[in-house]
Amino acid sequence: MVDLAASATGDLQLRNIRKEFGDFVAVDDLNLTIPKGSFFALLGPSGCGKTTTLRMIAGLEEPTSGTIAVGDTDITYSKPYRRPVNTVFQNYALFPHLTIFENVAFGLRRRGIKDVKEAVEKVLALVELGHLKDRKPGQLSGGQQQRIAVARAIVNRPALLLLDEPLGALDLKLRRQMQIELKWIQTEVGITFVHVTHDQEEAMTMADTIAVMNKGRIEQMGSPVDLYENPETVFVANFLGQSNLIKATVGTNSGAETSVDVQGARIILPTSRNRSAKSSVLVGIRPEKINIHAAGTSTGKNALHDGVVTDISFVGVSTQYQVEMPWKQELMVFEQNDGGAANIRKGDRVTLSWEPNFTFALDSED
Amino acid sequence: MSRWFSRNLIRIYAALALIYLFIPVGYTMAFSFNDAGKRNINWQGFTLDNWKNPCGAPDICVALGNSLKIGFLSTFIATILGTMIAFALGRYKFRGRSATNLLIFLPMATPEIVMGASLLAMFVNMNVNTGFWTTVIAHIMFCISFVVVTVKARVASLDPKLEEAARDLYANEYETFRRVTFPLVLPGIAAAALLAFSLSFDDFIITNFNSGTITTFPKFIWISSIRGVPAQANVIGTAMFLIALTIVIAGQVVGNAKAKKRR
Ligand SMILES: Nc1ncnc2c1ncn2[C@@H]1O[C@H](COP(=O)(O)OP(=O)(O)OP(=O)(O)O)[C@@H](O)[C@H]1O
Ligand SMILES: [Mg+2]
Repeated sequence: MVDLAASATGDLQLRNIRKEFGDFVAVDDLNLTIPKGSFFALLGPSGCGKTTTLRMIAGLEEPTSGTIAVGDTDITYSKPYRRPVNTVFQNYALFPHLTIFENVAFGLRRRGIKDVKEAVEKVLALVELGHLKDRKPGQLSGGQQQRIAVARAIVNRPALLLLDEPLGALDLKLRRQMQIELKWIQTEVGITFVHVTHDQEEAMTMADTIAVMNKGRIEQMGSPVDLYENPETVFVANFLGQSNLIKATVGTNSGAETSVDVQGARIILPTSRNRSAKSSVLVGIRPEKINIHAAGTSTGKNALHDGVVTDISFVGVSTQYQVEMPWKQELMVFEQNDGGAANIRKGDRVTLSWEPNFTFALDSED
Repeated sequence: MSRWFSRNLIRIYAALALIYLFIPVGYTMAFSFNDAGKRNINWQGFTLDNWKNPCGAPDICVALGNSLKIGFLSTFIATILGTMIAFALGRYKFRGRSATNLLIFLPMATPEIVMGASLLAMFVNMNVNTGFWTTVIAHIMFCISFVVVTVKARVASLDPKLEEAARDLYANEYETFRRVTFPLVLPGIAAAALLAFSLSFDDFIITNFNSGTITTFPKFIWISSIRGVPAQANVIGTAMFLIALTIVIAGQVVGNAKAKKRR
């Protein structure tokens, strides 16, 4: 029998995937294309449906409706052991009764490969744990177990590797180190990684493409830079880094530029960066894009006046100001500590200014 | 003096408790060397004759053989049936599961004398002659509950993620069971089988009702106790105790050696 599903390669495609648990909709009309060979991150808050999505791709859960395909092969209802997919589970799920060697060899043996020694030793060398091959998983540290879980999956050279928050249990230092190693392994073996995380920094540093998920839906998908610079929804603007979002009314639109009214001040932004069709919008600006000046000395095109500094915190590379505006909203401003910092103290009246190009406008969430 | 006493209180207590537990065993062992003749009650002098000829007492080895046969057979069947029930109860949701869970406990809670008598009444009503097979049936019945409870605890503690990982790694349903589920539950099954065997070997009350003319080892001792238990019974009892002890110690030693080798 020629097993089409097991040997499928190509882009992973999810079409109109929906998953219900009783009345509860865990994943809602999900559409995704994950290009072959890419490092794809699925980012979202706890309970948004990330694990459920991975489990459907792995075949451990059946979608209520929709289709999953690898290249041209539909695998929606294929058994998990017939898919070209391997998973690194959230808690590793190493087999406690088998040695590390046998854990890693498990997938190869099940596919009837007799001579596993070379492949297993090669992958153990890749994760730098060859010397532990005769131990049992219980005798390994968390970080070592994690690497074995990766080795156990990639030794099979699947078309697709699913990683469900594999770094969640590690401390910060080991986490950073593993992020670099995983990224390196991915480039080395060249298979598609789908990495689930709720750590935005992790997603940004590792992935080529990030999909931000919220309440069972994809909010936005794109490169890390794209998501950060051009958030399309309030959720994305707040989930990836920090944003200042200010209520505004859309004024005139002169083709390339749109002007909006923020509490009486005229703020300009590129029309292409206005994601809302409504007249009432939220104007957004990242804290590090704003310049802070003593009152009245503004130079930038977009400026808001009469702020009062309520808090200053020095964090080494930058200084973070909290500024209360006349309409009682607190705005965040990050200034680089590059020596040119204005001599501003708590309680000072200030003006905030920035370039129109950095401004974006979003649909307000309610 | 009193400080020494308070410092060693726990040790003294432990020693006393152990002595209390082991006096009957020690007594049994000592009297297996008694040159007893008919009545093994008073110390008559040391001899190895009983150990040289454990089957010397009339019918004692027939009774022992029956007990072993019944024990192995009912352990084998009860372990298989009980393990399957334990998987069903631990793994699958079906109508009547909680009722089954409760009913499985009943044989353990029912007084043996009641169960033995009712079983006999049932066999008599069905016109079945009591003997070897009725004893086996009775033993399987009360062993199953203990097997189910023991194995189910092990099944419940098994992480379902491990089986998912196996399926993810190209193991089909059968291979997943054989390579992951079964090896992980095996210690529970082994413990259940040991328990079942010792329950069966030990049982007197239910056996007495349902074994007809067949004599088991406990029944033999009960019957001969009227006229005097032969010293060979002590020999066999001591031997059983030593075999069990050896198995336990061997298990510990092997386990420790393995743990050491891994480090
Ligand atoms: N088997 C199930 N039965 C019922 N509800 C479920 C089941 N599995 C998941 N859910 C629900 O579906 C939603 C999504 O769960 P999922 O595990 O995919 O979240 P997640 O994004 O992985 O979250 P986390 O970051 O906390 O792991 C949750 O609200 C969860 O309660
Ligand atoms: Mg999850």
